Amino acid sequence: MAQFLHASKTGQSLQAATAKTDAAPGLLQRLRAFYLRSDAAKGYTLLSPVMITMGLLLAAPLFLLVLYSFWTQTGLAIDQTPTLERYRDVVGKQSYIDIFWRSIQTSGLVTLVTVGLAYPMAYYVAFGVKKYKFVWLILLTIPFWTSYLLRVFSWKVILGYNGVINSGLTNLGVIQEPLEFLLYNQTAVIITLAHAYAAFAILPIYVSLEKIDRTLLEAAADLGDGAWSRFWRVTFPLSMPGVIGAAVLIFVPTTGDYVTPAMVGGPSGQMIANIIQVQFLKIGNWPLGAALALSAMAGVAILVILFSTAMRLAARSIR
Amino acid sequence: MSKKAPRPASRMGDPGRLLAGFALLYLVFLYGPVLFLPIFSFNDSIFVAFPLKGFTTKWYEQAFADEDMINALVASLQVGAIVAVASTILGMFGAKAITRYRVPGQSAVMAMIMLPLFIPEIILGISLLILLNALGIDLGLPVVVIGHIMLCTPFAMAVLSSRLEGFDRSLEEASLDLGETPWMTFWRVTFPLAAPGIISSLLLTFIVSFDEFLLSFFLTNQQPTLPVYIWSQLRFPNKLPSVLAMGAIILLASCLLVVLAEWVRQLGTSDRKVGLA
Repeated sequence: MAQFLHASKTGQSLQAATAKTDAAPGLLQRLRAFYLRSDAAKGYTLLSPVMITMGLLLAAPLFLLVLYSFWTQTGLAIDQTPTLERYRDVVGKQSYIDIFWRSIQTSGLVTLVTVGLAYPMAYYVAFGVKKYKFVWLILLTIPFWTSYLLRVFSWKVILGYNGVINSGLTNLGVIQEPLEFLLYNQTAVIITLAHAYAAFAILPIYVSLEKIDRTLLEAAADLGDGAWSRFWRVTFPLSMPGVIGAAVLIFVPTTGDYVTPAMVGGPSGQMIANIIQVQFLKIGNWPLGAALALSAMAGVAILVILFSTAMRLAARSIR
Repeated sequence: MSKKAPRPASRMGDPGRLLAGFALLYLVFLYGPVLFLPIFSFNDSIFVAFPLKGFTTKWYEQAFADEDMINALVASLQVGAIVAVASTILGMFGAKAITRYRVPGQSAVMAMIMLPLFIPEIILGISLLILLNALGIDLGLPVVVIGHIMLCTPFAMAVLSSRLEGFDRSLEEASLDLGETPWMTFWRVTFPLAAPGIISSLLLTFIVSFDEFLLSFFLTNQQPTLPVYIWSQLRFPNKLPSVLAMGAIILLASCLLVVLAEWVRQLGTSDRKVGLA
């Protein structure tokens, strides 16, 4: 009703305004009336700035990336004849395959550690905390917003040859020589990523735990389930969407992480993003870099779909 | 039925205490490592190592005397301010559209807007680089701003649409019924009610932009942003203490801004509940 009244009001004023300038006020007025009555038209008008921005800055670049991966670069010249050669280059080179699997392995372990540690934490906030839940949630999300670069950097300070652990242990007389295995390897990457992404896992798990109907737990208890089997048969399966969400939210960005392997990974800890960066900023073979990036994304997407399907089936089988 | 069987979930007993202990340890794990930056930023030694040598503020003086670092800081502040305003305005339009109108294909539109959160930043960086190259646009801070707007808009959308969903839309309808124009209704009803969301969106998008490294790394030219500058300085051991000092300031400032942003957002919601009760 309100909108109808409003529509006719502006419709009239528009008619008055256009009558002077336009030859066909009737048509314009009808268009205007249609516009004001249509949710879709108004909605899309409001959405258009953000959609144009995202189209130009996200969709168009990604489209170009796909195009590039089918091109050939010799020297500085780009040959735009479509070819699958770049993908053949990627799949044919063993070192790329190795780095891809190492990235998957690293991210898989990071996801496991992070979700494993975050679950009890989220459980505590959802079920254990009565007062100040809000304070806990803020405390757990602050690191998410603080500088990723600096959080990774602090691990370099901790694990370094003359870093916190080595100088601390030497100082205490526990070790004579600094431990060299702390930094510049895959383990350092896993520790650093698990810490850097800790905040990502808690919220999705917390949300799914918080949503669980408490009467279901009471029902399970009434029917004689103990605390443990109640958790295993009711709480855990119902929190599965949060666990899967958290796992995907960690796995996907960590497979594509550049900063951590570059800063603490050393040669043996390099991941897929590092070789993509080299192709783009150092060697300058953009078509190959594009093919590398897209193959990796496709590979990760397939693994994520397989994983979440498997997890959903597993959760169903518990019940 | 035995008496002790139905134990409510709220009273967790011993496993509960175990969980609380775990939660505290988790907080130590989350915050502990980062604390080494401020600790060593006050340490009177060029080496970042134990034992601590003594208290000094000279690394802070050195950081602020470093002209390149200050230029990078100013660049980041400017980029962050522009990005915060631009992405919050974009997010405001978008959030109003999806919370007020039944838009067909809404979930597809939202998926596209939220996509940057789910794509590794390296992919966003290289594809923007290709686009700019294709259009013949030079790299530099303006381009960094553009990239950051793409990255920050999803955050603004998320914060603002949850805010707009939260308040009573009959207030807007009442304003329209009483003869206000849509623009005045937005300005006098929607805007004040959404203000806490807008403020927290501005703060959070500012932080995301200010701390963003990888996109800037691909898109900067001569003038680096602060994270890119810090990255370039990590190779030089003698620069490390002043980087620690700047890092400590940034961490403290981000923490304060996040707490402020979340507090404003919560404050707004509780006010509203009290007001309408």
